[in-house]
Amino acid sequence: MSGSLLARAPRGAALFLAGLLLAAALAPVLAPYAADALDLANRRGAPGAAHWFGTDELGRDVLTRVLFGARVSLAIGLLSALVSVAIGVAIGAVAGYAGRWVDDVLMRITDAMLSVPRLPLLMLAAAVTQPGVPMLIVLVAICGWMETARVVRAEVRTLASRDFVSAARAIGAGPVRVIVRHLLPGIIPAASVATTLAIGRGILLESTLSFFGVGVQPPTPSWGNMLYQAQTTMSTAPWLAIAPGVFIFATVLACNAVGDVLGATPAARSAA
Amino acid sequence: MIRFLARRLAQSVPLLFLISVLLFALLHAVPGGPLTAYLENPNVRPEDIARLRTALGLDRPLGAQYLSWLLAFVRGDWGYSIADGRPVLERLVERIPATLELVGVSSLLAFCIALPIGVLSAVHRGLDRVTSVAAIAGISLPVFWFGLLLQLVFANRLGWLPSSGRASFDGGDSLDIAAHLVLPVTVLALVEAAAWSRYLRRAMREVLARPFIRAAHARGVPERDVLVRHALPNALGSFVTVVLLDAAMLVSGAVVTESVFAWPGVGSLFTEALAKRDYPVLMAFLMVGAVSVIALNLVADVVMRAIDPRLREAA
Repeated sequence: MSGSLLARAPRGAALFLAGLLLAAALAPVLAPYAADALDLANRRGAPGAAHWFGTDELGRDVLTRVLFGARVSLAIGLLSALVSVAIGVAIGAVAGYAGRWVDDVLMRITDAMLSVPRLPLLMLAAAVTQPGVPMLIVLVAICGWMETARVVRAEVRTLASRDFVSAARAIGAGPVRVIVRHLLPGIIPAASVATTLAIGRGILLESTLSFFGVGVQPPTPSWGNMLYQAQTTMSTAPWLAIAPGVFIFATVLACNAVGDVLGATPAARSAA
Repeated sequence: MIRFLARRLAQSVPLLFLISVLLFALLHAVPGGPLTAYLENPNVRPEDIARLRTALGLDRPLGAQYLSWLLAFVRGDWGYSIADGRPVLERLVERIPATLELVGVSSLLAFCIALPIGVLSAVHRGLDRVTSVAAIAGISLPVFWFGLLLQLVFANRLGWLPSSGRASFDGGDSLDIAAHLVLPVTVLALVEAAAWSRYLRRAMREVLARPFIRAAHARGVPERDVLVRHALPNALGSFVTVVLLDAAMLVSGAVVTESVFAWPGVGSLFTEALAKRDYPVLMAFLMVGAVSVIALNLVADVVMRAIDPRLREAA
């Protein structure tokens, strides 16, 4: 019984993510209050019928803020994942196909980036640049392409020695054509696993940065900066920390569950 | 072995060089450069800043500045903290014991959790379902939020454990010190155990698919011995490598955990420095972090070669 329930978990995770995306897109319609509606008479109100998740230190509805925060957090997660996988695929494909010194240089840069602890580096970069949301997406992506680059490079090196690639070269295809038309389709399984995992990682990184006050800046709500504001009133108004945290956890969990299943499919396993 | 070690050491020099250029560039991308902290201070006059700029050589070409910074760094002269004026090296060194304590205890605990889970979930399908879900949940957990929740429940509500710090104000006895360890160790160990059990499970699965395991089964070796005496020693090598390669993740986890629990280690020094934009300290932390990660990767390589003769022949 528990086995069949667990077996269905990934589908549930995918449905949850789809529902969350829809809810975030429809936030202005779904949210019970306006995004920045203050209710100063009802500050730090406990959850109840009028405010399901309670209200914050300015009397704003937490459910509303979670919905609007979802737009920011999901956008950062999704877009940073796409950018980081694009960088990783480009670097990995070029390194794997070109070989020799190009490969050496690119892989040393990859190693260097992997050696610097990611979160502190991001924190420093965010403190230095004081990024808005678009810049934050770029920063998270710049700190996250290395694993993809390594996987793609290994994949491209195996594929490049196959006969169909030699055949393509023999009929005069140039390196760009060989990479784009013949090698990239082969790494789609690996890249899609990397993307799902990167979405979850991006959301976690955004929330951690915002929690330390160097990520998304108020009044723009994100799940991370809601927690940043909640931590001072943890003992008197814990609900401020519960709702955004549960959403971060559930969303990252769903991404990782989907990534885990994709990673176990035959196509991706042969790639690993 | 010596030649191998020398070659690997030589390889990490360009790596460190690259990292230092990267970090130096980042530091100088700050509007106002390393003197930003003074720019925002109303008590510091513009002419003082101009004088400091000349005195510290910040008006020289970037390349020259980088070179003198690098030379000073190699000699152990890491500059002075903007926050309290003390040498950066001194501030870092005094925080190291607390971090080693936290990371050491939680890694030990994590290993004790990950070992049985990793081994058993590689063979038991039913158990694997449950542990996989638990491990993925552990990996997905926002570390700071988990820490806050534990503080809320066990320190604020139940009052069983202290919420932060390394010992009570008066120093405290060994029981007091142990009580302060419980919450931060739980957080860090859980995060580590979640990742490590996955690594060990994968390593075990790869080993269990090899012919010598089938041969052991065919000879009638009991299942338990196949697992513990044949498969596990072969899996541990690649497991330890992945764990050491993953040291950068551990640094990130320690930074968050120490900050949430006000643990007086290197990690909370980093977030304190971040709040004060204390760039010399931040820079030194990242350099030390990178050097430790590279050193651990080197250790992983050496250990693997020491225990696995096949790698020596291949080289």
